[in-house]
Amino acid sequence: MAQPLVKKDDDRDDEADYSPFLGIEKGAVLQEARVFNDPQLDPRRCSQVITKLLYLLNQGETFTKVEATEVFFAVTKLFQSKDIGLRRMVYVMIKELSPSADEVIIVTSSLMKDMTSKTDMYRANAIRVLCRITDGTLLTQIERYLKQAIVDKNPVVASAALVSGIHLLQTNPEIVKRWSNEVQEAVQSRAALVQFHALALLHQIRQNDRLAVNKLVSSLTKGSVRSPLAQCLLIRYTSQVIRESANTQAGDRPFYDFLEGCLRHKAEMVIFEAARAITELNGVTTRELTPAITVLQLFLSSSKPVLRFAAVRTLNKVAMTHPMAVTNCNIDMESLISDQNRSIATLAITTLLKTGNESSVDRLMKQITNFMSDIADEFKIVVVEAIRSLCLKFPLKHRSLMNFLSNILREEGGFDYKKAIVDSIVILIRDIPEAKETGLLHLCEFIEDCEFTYLSTQILHFLGIEGPKTSDPSKYIRYIYNRVHLENATVRAAAVSTLAKFGAMVDTLKPRIFVLLRRCLFDNDDEVRDRATLYLNTLGGDGAVVQTGEDVKEFLFGSLDIPLVNLENSLKNYEPSEESFDIYSVPREVKTQPLAEKKAPGKKPTGLGAPPAGPPSTVDAYEKLLFSIPEFANFGKLFKSSAPVELTEAETEYAVNVVKHIFDGHVVFQYNCTNTIPEQLLENVTVIVDASEAEEFAEVASKPLKSLPYDSPGQTFVAFEKPEGTPAIGKFSNMLRFIVKEVDPSTGEAEDDGVEDEYQLEELEVVAADYILKVGVSNFRNAWENMGADCERIDEYGLGPRESLAEAVNAVIDLLGMQPCEGTEVVPNNSRSHTCLLSGVYIGNVKVLVRLQFGLDGPKDVAMKLAVRSEDESVSDAIHEIVASG
Amino acid sequence: MELCPLIKNILLLDSEGKRVAVKYYSDDWPTNSAKEAFEKTVFTKTQKTSARNEAEITMFDDYVVVYKFVQDLHFFVTGGENENEIILASVLQGFFDAVGFILRGTVDKREVLENLDLVFLCLDEIVDGGIVLETDANVIAGKVASHSTDDGAPLSEQTITQALATARERLARSLLT
Repeated sequence: MAQPLVKKDDDRDDEADYSPFLGIEKGAVLQEARVFNDPQLDPRRCSQVITKLLYLLNQGETFTKVEATEVFFAVTKLFQSKDIGLRRMVYVMIKELSPSADEVIIVTSSLMKDMTSKTDMYRANAIRVLCRITDGTLLTQIERYLKQAIVDKNPVVASAALVSGIHLLQTNPEIVKRWSNEVQEAVQSRAALVQFHALALLHQIRQNDRLAVNKLVSSLTKGSVRSPLAQCLLIRYTSQVIRESANTQAGDRPFYDFLEGCLRHKAEMVIFEAARAITELNGVTTRELTPAITVLQLFLSSSKPVLRFAAVRTLNKVAMTHPMAVTNCNIDMESLISDQNRSIATLAITTLLKTGNESSVDRLMKQITNFMSDIADEFKIVVVEAIRSLCLKFPLKHRSLMNFLSNILREEGGFDYKKAIVDSIVILIRDIPEAKETGLLHLCEFIEDCEFTYLSTQILHFLGIEGPKTSDPSKYIRYIYNRVHLENATVRAAAVSTLAKFGAMVDTLKPRIFVLLRRCLFDNDDEVRDRATLYLNTLGGDGAVVQTGEDVKEFLFGSLDIPLVNLENSLKNYEPSEESFDIYSVPREVKTQPLAEKKAPGKKPTGLGAPPAGPPSTVDAYEKLLFSIPEFANFGKLFKSSAPVELTEAETEYAVNVVKHIFDGHVVFQYNCTNTIPEQLLENVTVIVDASEAEEFAEVASKPLKSLPYDSPGQTFVAFEKPEGTPAIGKFSNMLRFIVKEVDPSTGEAEDDGVEDEYQLEELEVVAADYILKVGVSNFRNAWENMGADCERIDEYGLGPRESLAEAVNAVIDLLGMQPCEGTEVVPNNSRSHTCLLSGVYIGNVKVLVRLQFGLDGPKDVAMKLAVRSEDESVSDAIHEIVASG
Repeated sequence: MELCPLIKNILLLDSEGKRVAVKYYSDDWPTNSAKEAFEKTVFTKTQKTSARNEAEITMFDDYVVVYKFVQDLHFFVTGGENENEIILASVLQGFFDAVGFILRGTVDKREVLENLDLVFLCLDEIVDGGIVLETDANVIAGKVASHSTDDGAPLSEQTITQALATARERLARSLLT
């Protein structure tokens, strides 16, 4: 026994930090574990040693492979003991050790014996342990017992089997699916938790069969579910059915009555689940919402923080789409501003900011001012964001809201918080013209005493753009020039650039700016001096005050429209030589980040059917690949590579997808092929392309794939010539041709003789969107104004009946293949109209901006107004043509 | 949304944020240092609040955390951001009360460490691989305390009196050794 455990009560009290595990050490405990091998087991002592081992693991200690194996084998000896307590610890220990397959065999028979024991506790636990550590092969042996256990009269045993079934369904679905009948019986169990686990498993077994889920839901909603947890599950399944049925024509929504009935359930978790489900219904009406809001309102004044939090969080979400429905709760919500729990208070504030009307803004701001001083930065940021959207909603209130922002800007706060405030002010300045001058002055005051270099430089840059356009630009000069005196080199350099911008834009200020810039020539930092020299020269600071030239303006104000990552890569690859670096050779395509799949449920790869990921699909990688092929090396710069398009159904013998590479005068199809038959080796693989429906294209080269063994992807290419610089479109039909050789699966060797064979692939199209690059702009409004209306083309289109507004918006975005800006691709629920902003670069490096205005015309018909601005009117026309013919 | 309510972890920390007993059911924290970082964040974010009468709740980094403190112990249950808060709270309450029953009402770090085997069993009975196994503290404590009775009686029918009796017996025994 460990030393500290023997100590008596009284002398323990002296030690504040007493712990029975004080000074515990892995090596010593592993030594102690030898008692497991004693011929006469002492159950209590063994239990204590296991507890120590578990304690070590729990504290993050790890066992080496050898140690783990040793402990595992020692622990298996303990099955000899009849002591229940010890057996329980053995079960937990085995789960923690997660033994390997060959170790599992050692305990299998012991566990199977326990599974058929008369003691329920043994049965339940043995099932959980065995299912946790077993693999598929063993499962068939114990399947019979598991099926019995599911309908066992002891609820603990039944639950153990059902929960294990839920876990096993991930790895061995075909076996677990055979248990349907037993699981269905268990759903009717009188034991609450059994019903919950059975329902969860039954639904997972059937989840891909919509009809079956429908039937399950309709029979259970008639009422036979007793367990609150099971009822919560049923509510979730019901909302899923409602979501998928989607035939929300006028009239009552199916199952709505069930959801509403659940609002009167006695368990709070069910009431809340139902209320939340109702608020999340697609296109929920005010009438449907009302009962749910009423119960949530009751929760707001509950004594339990968890209930208040749940309610206010849900109402906060409702307020985004249905602010009016939440206004009834405003009084309760206001009292939550002083809630002890700051998460609740913050949610209440932001909800109020969403539901508030113009007249209540001032009162609300007063309350928030008191509240701001005693919450953490992360909550303040949420509030600042809410105030920003409130201000955009009520531009007339900009004065008080802007004041509020500038006040909190002066108070203490961390970088993220300050950044949120500055960002908000900048957005307000951009979107509310009347707020511009006061906003800029607030920012000027802020940089007078700003400890964050990043924010100072950002603000100086912004001042340089907006300041010269104000009625009295001269008043900002003092603030900017102060920076040159008082700040670190980075900020000084930024201030110099800003001064230069004022000089370039405001001719009357030029002489004074020159004086200031000349003073900067004596700065002790290189960058600052260099910038001053550069600007003095570009602006003609050698005395004569001249009109600033267009190219100088472009130099000062033009944005760098090349992704910085690409520029960095190109510069790294550039080798100093006679030829100077050409900025136009930098690829412009924005690398599309694969969407974070964190939220996606852990999908297992579906075996061979899933084509393995091809070579890295970034522009750089493609460009390198193509330039390495001599036939394509003279095609010039790669304009765009499409995303892979599948040319075969999933789970066919050969998986082929194609990437379209667009060059100025050529198109190259890259066919990524995968052979999914282990008994075959393909050789000399080519794709025969029939371009009879693509008149402007002529095949110029192709590059066959020498050999395509099983499951290792390879590429073959076909190149076409097309008229230079024009968006030629066409349809291509494809045939995979190859020589197939039999492979002996045991040796992996292919036979010498092969047979020629063909395999029909799906058609491939080159569409207009292939000639447009997705290139975003940070501020669409500015870009739009700067582009001017010279080459603007506006027209209206009827898109006919559509499933929803969002569907129509996405269809047009896909058709044009342009980059949605400022999050406008998201259509709020229930809106009847929507504006979507797109930007891109058309082949020939022509920038294009598109403003799409959608409206519902009648119940389903969508009408669209399309405005295009670009640097070339033929391009604007081309965009219209794409839409007109798409 | 995840259709079946899932628990991401159950944590029992001391008043300095150190681990007493923890159980993770999700791959969100693959390494021990990731787990420790999460525990540190949870602890610092909640330490100034008083969660001694009613369970409290907070939300950060896409997780909802419900928590309750007693003496020098901090109990936490974590779920995904879309989880039903009240279900999480019922798991927390089940764990909290079950530990209370097992330790006969004297719940502090020392008692927990001395009966750590029972607390581990308790965690084992509440959640299995993220799925809620049982939330009724009586039943949980009953299952755990049926420990040394060898009668094979149906577990769910174990009464709390029995549970307490066994717990008491155990404690007496450990003091005598």
